[in-house]
Amino acid sequence: MSNVPDNAPQHCPGTQSEDAGKASACAGCPNQNICSSGAASEPDPAIELIKNRLSNVKYKILILSGKGGVGKSTVTSLLGHGLATRNPDINVGVLDADICGPSQPRVLGVRGEQVHYSGSGWSPVYVKDNLSLMSIGFLLGSPDDAVIWRGPKKNGMIKQFLSEVDWGDLDYLLIDTPPGTSDEHLSAVQYLSAAKLTGAVVVTTPQEVALLDVRKELQFCEKLGVKVIGVVENMSLFVCPNCNSRSEIFPATTGGAQHMCAEMGARLLGSLPLDPLLARCCDSGRDYLEQLPHSPASTALRDIVDKIVAVCESGSS
Amino acid sequence: MLESVKCVILILSGKGGVGKSTVSTQLALTLKEKGFKVGLLDVDLCGPSVPYILNLETENIHQGAEGWIPVYLDKDQKLGVMSIGFLLKNRNDAVVWRGPKKTAMIKQFLEDVCWQDLDFLVIDTPPGTSDEHITVMENLRQVPQCSAILVTTPQEVAIEDVRKEITFCRKTGIPILGIIENMSGFQCPTCNECTNIFSSGGGKALADVAKVPFLGSLPLDPRVGKLAGQGVAAVKELPDSNTSKVFNHLVTVLTESTQNGS
Repeated sequence: MSNVPDNAPQHCPGTQSEDAGKASACAGCPNQNICSSGAASEPDPAIELIKNRLSNVKYKILILSGKGGVGKSTVTSLLGHGLATRNPDINVGVLDADICGPSQPRVLGVRGEQVHYSGSGWSPVYVKDNLSLMSIGFLLGSPDDAVIWRGPKKNGMIKQFLSEVDWGDLDYLLIDTPPGTSDEHLSAVQYLSAAKLTGAVVVTTPQEVALLDVRKELQFCEKLGVKVIGVVENMSLFVCPNCNSRSEIFPATTGGAQHMCAEMGARLLGSLPLDPLLARCCDSGRDYLEQLPHSPASTALRDIVDKIVAVCESGSS
Repeated sequence: MLESVKCVILILSGKGGVGKSTVSTQLALTLKEKGFKVGLLDVDLCGPSVPYILNLETENIHQGAEGWIPVYLDKDQKLGVMSIGFLLKNRNDAVVWRGPKKTAMIKQFLEDVCWQDLDFLVIDTPPGTSDEHITVMENLRQVPQCSAILVTTPQEVAIEDVRKEITFCRKTGIPILGIIENMSGFQCPTCNECTNIFSSGGGKALADVAKVPFLGSLPLDPRVGKLAGQGVAAVKELPDSNTSKVFNHLVTVLTESTQNGS
């Protein structure tokens, strides 16, 4: 893992390396003294801070996928609603770690809300009594505003989100991530290393172009020692509303998620069919599970929620 | 290394999974079919899709006297491809890199690849407005003929992110050639009923609001999806499809804009 600062000289060995401050590249670097003193290789104090802040959060789940647009945010919001409805006595928080393309405010229907800063930290926005959300989307002035940030700045934001949001007592914290295996993902996993991450739910679609990237994400989890709770296949089948015939819009030419799970030794939690109404609900921020409780996607989703709860609860006892 | 490239086209979208790589590869293939010399650079380092889509996954990059030699799709060397996918030992290998390392890699891709004379260089990007994009923009500032095509899907969740990408283009001064809407409607193969799975018209509406040209809507066509992995052009395999019409139109727009510009 690289920990080379953005403005470091060429061939910087990295602040955590044994050669930090001693390599030839370090000569003339303004940070040479700090590096050679060893202060930079100490663990980030934020990790301890985050551990304390999240000590009242029972289960922390990352929602990952190497691929973009497969429905990470949709699945996150469905899981959030699903968990919160399943048991009204539990509290669920959603953290949107997608800094450049935050979708949660829209999908959860709380666009335009403000986050408030108080003595105890940032208070998240409440979607319902037991479902709260924090996203960079709340901090932007206009929906056109682009967050043109390189890695270190994004990491700083994630650190703040993890260490300064006053979630209160939470049973589940779902962390929605951007596509890829880069800064946001590494930071989230590292910052949560002391706070204990429960595991990751990986989202995919059936076609090989997506599976290709999702395999990389599974390998990322393996490399960093993140437990994979399971894989959710989204957009699996499309049922024509006119003639009820089934079509594979994103053809599973290589066996889909099921085959990939068998190959990579991961568990398939379930498949969500492609439902145009689900896309509409996400656009308008309505709770799909409440609107269409008997649709095939809702049934599949409740089953997935049950499996995730079972895994979390069995792990903690 | 980009002095002998006549025109650079960036394929951008704030959102992931909207079809940037599909549009990039099909655009490159269409340009090649029309007789142009084309390069395709994949700067999506964490999720390179171009090698798979073009069926080049087993190829390797070679180092020549003048730099890295891209992988050529055909014997005539009409379409050269460069992607980090060619540098990975195993197709499942994850590239777990933070920004600075990604930046260095992209710089190498832009500076050390020997493209030779190209009519068009198509650059496929990852989603977002972060390291990869900033690096590409910084390095392309000197290239005069450089413009961006934005890809979106019709639903508002995607449009929202693409709006951010438009702001990014404006801030960095990259001219926007136009917006393409992908996955706009699905025609049921049994009853021909067209369902707008991800809503419809979003791309056109966005183009109107942002005052940039609208370049067309690509339907959700599983036949085109199945072309992924074969490396063949939709304009060749499915000449009558709507997808082909959009790409033919796009190539006309591109050739006109480069002629006017030069």
